[in-house]
Amino acid sequence: MHDNIFEKYPKNDRSNLIAILQDIQDEFGYLPENAISEVSEFVGIPQCSVYGVATFYNQFRLIPLGKNVIRVCRGTACHVKNSANILTALEAELEIKAGETTRDKLFTIETVACIGACSIAPVININDEYYGRITVKEIPKIIKKYKNEMKKENAFEKIEESAE
Amino acid sequence: MIELKINNINVKAEEGMTILDAAKSVGIHVPTLCHMKDLFPTGACRICVVEVEGMRGLTPSCAYPVSDGMKVQTNSPRVRQARKTIVELLVENHPDDCLICVRNKNCELQDLSEQYSLREHRFVGEKKDHAIDISSASMERDPAKCILCGRCVRTCNEIQKVGAIDFTNRGFSSNVTTPFNKGLNVSDCILCGQCILVCPTAALREKSHSKEVISALNDKNKFTVVQIAPAVRASIGEEYNLPLGTNVTGQLVTGLRRLGFKKVFDTNFAADLTIMEEGTELIGRIKNGGKLPMFTSCCPGWVKYIEQNRPQLLDHLSTCKSPHEMEGAVLKSYYAKKMGLTPADIFVVSIMPCTVKKFESDRAELMNDKMQDVDAVLTTRELVRLFKMAGIDFNDLPEDSFDNPLGESTGAAAIFGTSGGVMEAALRTAYFKLTGNELENLQLNDIRGNVGVKESTININGTDIKVAVVNGIGNVGIVLDQIESGKSEYHFIEVMACPGGCINGGGQPIHQKSEKVMKRVKVLYEIDENAKNRRSHENESVKKIYNEFFGEPNSYKAHDILHTTYVNRKELLKK
Repeated sequence: MHDNIFEKYPKNDRSNLIAILQDIQDEFGYLPENAISEVSEFVGIPQCSVYGVATFYNQFRLIPLGKNVIRVCRGTACHVKNSANILTALEAELEIKAGETTRDKLFTIETVACIGACSIAPVININDEYYGRITVKEIPKIIKKYKNEMKKENAFEKIEESAE
Repeated sequence: MIELKINNINVKAEEGMTILDAAKSVGIHVPTLCHMKDLFPTGACRICVVEVEGMRGLTPSCAYPVSDGMKVQTNSPRVRQARKTIVELLVENHPDDCLICVRNKNCELQDLSEQYSLREHRFVGEKKDHAIDISSASMERDPAKCILCGRCVRTCNEIQKVGAIDFTNRGFSSNVTTPFNKGLNVSDCILCGQCILVCPTAALREKSHSKEVISALNDKNKFTVVQIAPAVRASIGEEYNLPLGTNVTGQLVTGLRRLGFKKVFDTNFAADLTIMEEGTELIGRIKNGGKLPMFTSCCPGWVKYIEQNRPQLLDHLSTCKSPHEMEGAVLKSYYAKKMGLTPADIFVVSIMPCTVKKFESDRAELMNDKMQDVDAVLTTRELVRLFKMAGIDFNDLPEDSFDNPLGESTGAAAIFGTSGGVMEAALRTAYFKLTGNELENLQLNDIRGNVGVKESTININGTDIKVAVVNGIGNVGIVLDQIESGKSEYHFIEVMACPGGCINGGGQPIHQKSEKVMKRVKVLYEIDENAKNRRSHENESVKKIYNEFFGEPNSYKAHDILHTTYVNRKELLKK
């Protein structure tokens, strides 16, 4: 299944483990369960050791990302400007914890150490857009905006489907 | 030779020795948790730190080599304080349930807590919270009790080379678990229980069958019988402070009778039966061009391993059931008929040095008429608990002997409990069957001892029969690769999943000393040497059972009752 990735690496060489996992994540957006077992067979180390590496590093994820990825800056400047409250509000609004994805797979919340936009702290970033000097009050409105967009997209898809 | 000073005592040490070993050689105890003898040190737990003059920080003694003129303090206030803090931090992230813990009074964390006089909770905070994994038939995993020393991980990966568990996640969420935190039952685990033997706490333990056994003993309609594996009699004395390597067969029989078992049988009887069946199967394969090499099938951990990892080689496995399953099957057929008992009323309990036997006794392939051949399996440790509960003072018990006909055995059966024993016993009988003469040399030193893969060649009727003994599942890979590449020259291969054989099984008393294992082995060899009969085909009860019931080894009836089938678990695990 991941032959296109494996062919770039020598078999049974564990030093490439992280590079292989990165390639797989680049392709799928996350590490699917079967990928872990295939990598374990290819690299020649037990499945649980591959799983151990995949869970050790923050860069790897084992569940797919939601359609909209919300990154909450938890850097020093944002922290001083109460980003903890922003995060709590987001978690309450979407009923998930940081690092999780909503059941409808629409949203994922992540925390980041510093986005690099300290001048507009506290800041969150959704997909390609940045929201600076954000307040807890604004959050439901922003989430609603993305939910509506998703609804529109779904409606379009349905129209297209029926047109086909 | 290197000269150094430890706690102002002059110590002579060899080059490359660690501070820990040098201290040990002069009777200075340094506590350890992650340290494992003969494995490369990880220095992870830091409990073994010592003060070395001239060095800034404290040094982990398990990982630091001695050098000339070194001055070490293993018991300075600074060292004691550091160690105490480590223990305190471990204890604060550990459940406070010692009183109801299965490892109470046999726990390294408890010992350290006592040693460093912990009298209060200094760091109260969040404790890790993990579910107990009860998915497997043999073992329980309780990660809340895990102190992350990593000994189970190293045993599983480096010694057994099974690789079922490893460290996952990071920091406070670190956890030793299976891939995707799924149950042990769907992992690569073969349930050998070697991890239980090295676990300092109760994070890994067997799944207890004590309740089932107690209720069967209390049930008046059940005819509850028991059988003991060879390895149990050589180790259970350790739990009662008897000298290492004491043979307590007689006391065990008395103790079991006092527990309320109607009959006490010996798994060794079935071991002799196994030899008759397995020996005949081997001769058949050699004569008729069957699949060779043939593997022994006594060890359920090994059977599970090959089913999971190399199902393509399953037809190399002998079809014989393991001895205790044979004993159970014979009890519910031949014995029931002979004694006029209803097989469904017989409750067979096996006392085993093994954890996988619990899984094995649940196997659907080891069922006859919807009845399991063996109904419950207790480990040596569980039996000790039962004895304690019943107020049986083991040390003062008089000796007694097994019930017959399923209690008679030969010396060949006793050595089943040690690596190489099954092979030795099989060769004694195969030689007789093929030549009509008895094998002169009954001590095959090539296949005794602690080597990973042992080999021997024995000339029978002008043909060289090549045999191998795999001691510990971690050594089986090479032998399997040879077969797959068509380069294997062996006729017969014994595999035992635990290093040393059943004598060092996952159900045995927990200790951290390897020399204990060798002393246990000695007991079994002594039983063999002092036995009246030392060859399985000389067992009168076995002869009788063939005359009265089975006809001959590998007969249709014998196949029906004493042989089994296997499944491809690689496919099952893939789902």
